[in-house]
Amino acid sequence: MSIRSTVISEVEQIAAENKKGLAPLTDQLVLLDSGLDSLAIAILVARLEETLGVDPFSESDDVSYPVTLGDFIRSYERSYENAAKHHDVDSRQPG
Amino acid sequence: MTSIRDSLAKASGCSGRSLWGAAGGISLDDLLCGTALGGGAAQLTGRSVLVATRDQFTAALALIELDGSARRLIVCPPDISPEHLPAIIATAGVDAIVSDHDHDDRLAVALRVRCSPQVTPAKSVPRDRCATEWLLLTSGTTGAPKMVAHNFASLTAPIGGSPRQEGDVVWGTFYDIRRYGGLQIFFRALLGRGSFVLCGAGEPIGDFLVRLGSHGATHVSGTPSHWRRALMSPHARAIAPRYVRLSGEIADQGILNALSTFYPQARVGHAFASTEAGVGFEVNDGLEGFPTSLVGAPGDVHIRVHDGSLRLRSARNAVGYLGEEHPALTDDDGFVDTGDMVERRGDRYYFLGRRSGVINVGGLKVYPEEVEAAINRHPAVRMSMVRPRRSPITGALVIADVVLKRESDPGTAGCPLVEYRQEILRICHDRLAAHKVPATIRFVPALEMAAAGKLARHA
Repeated sequence: MSIRSTVISEVEQIAAENKKGLAPLTDQLVLLDSGLDSLAIAILVARLEETLGVDPFSESDDVSYPVTLGDFIRSYERSYENAAKHHDVDSRQPG
Repeated sequence: MTSIRDSLAKASGCSGRSLWGAAGGISLDDLLCGTALGGGAAQLTGRSVLVATRDQFTAALALIELDGSARRLIVCPPDISPEHLPAIIATAGVDAIVSDHDHDDRLAVALRVRCSPQVTPAKSVPRDRCATEWLLLTSGTTGAPKMVAHNFASLTAPIGGSPRQEGDVVWGTFYDIRRYGGLQIFFRALLGRGSFVLCGAGEPIGDFLVRLGSHGATHVSGTPSHWRRALMSPHARAIAPRYVRLSGEIADQGILNALSTFYPQARVGHAFASTEAGVGFEVNDGLEGFPTSLVGAPGDVHIRVHDGSLRLRSARNAVGYLGEEHPALTDDDGFVDTGDMVERRGDRYYFLGRRSGVINVGGLKVYPEEVEAAINRHPAVRMSMVRPRRSPITGALVIADVVLKRESDPGTAGCPLVEYRQEILRICHDRLAAHKVPATIRFVPALEMAAAGKLARHA
């Protein structure tokens, strides 16, 4: 599975658990308008760290907070690539 | 002895100053010579009044009007559970309820007064002025709220020490004024010389940011979690504050840096405060934690670190708890133990979390025991331990380690873990508020026990 589809499937899972409807998941979608509130986004970040082994929003003291779903996915793609370069995570795509 | 109304009346003119809610604003001048309580204000004089409104705007109007006239004001936070009200009413001797909706009429309170979001001119302002006792509610270990007593002097003590307020200030806060952090901003705004913008009940953060911007908010306060959410909004640029204030949760370096970068014109400061101890100190050097030089320094607030926890003694401390079952608020030396654990690294102290194990999820308290009790209802669960996990979005999250009964082990019972996980989460969702539901559940073979047979909790 690609990073993108891993993120999307976690988003759908958390929405289902919280019985929340989701807006169509496009790159331009504002995260806070997606149907997930900030608590659900926090849970998403925690679950993705377990799945992907990275948390792009805790890596340094200079983080930028994601506004759109596209920003959010790109943060993970970047972190995952960096981590793979430093052998922190398995360089293969997550399974 | 003084009150909000007396202070406003003495202020050098309230003209141009307003209180703004989601549905509109009211000028402080109109507020001073009017009433939002219909004809009920006079009847409330000298009473113990529960202020239980849906919207904080109506609560603000009632609090301004009743401070100095009611004997006692019990300030209900928005998420108070109705099951706790009878005990609060009995303990605080409540003999009147002020609300903006039809409040539960099964409660045994004789007088009910409706608070409107509009003020009408009042014939006369009640003259029998008294020093009103303010009771704030904080959640306690058993889930029943503790009532913390303050008064005008203790609530406004932190403001006297601040440098003289500028004239063109417009305060705004993501907080609810019915909790200590928000109430501080309420007093700062009213006793200063500016206007105040309040968030509406359920108002989306983007709408509130746009409204703050349209009123020209200069001083904006919230928890680190509020601010992270603001920065995730496409409307974060709707405001251009001169002062950004954080409190109510541990402010980490990430959010301090992000705010300084995003609002380069703003002074970004974080404050330590608790309902019991009041405002302890403000940190304005842009760094997380606080300098060790604050500890033991002379000043309005005496700060100590003892057994790893932060202790404060000042005129800002609450007067005490209401109700006899609670321990004394202060130690023999007059210090309030905040229960916040700190660690010294070099010339700075850093916050570690709560000694009691209470988890702060985006400014809301979670007692691990309450979550464990929900998880342990699942028939396959032997025991569980709930702990905090750091979150870059809400500061902390709740996570759970779960030990299954041997006969329920996937190898024996044939039920896959993923199904147990879903079932446990469903039980939690049914019984607990969303912020108390574990973000992740990990199945472990055993849990570490401390000597007394209790779960070994680590701060």
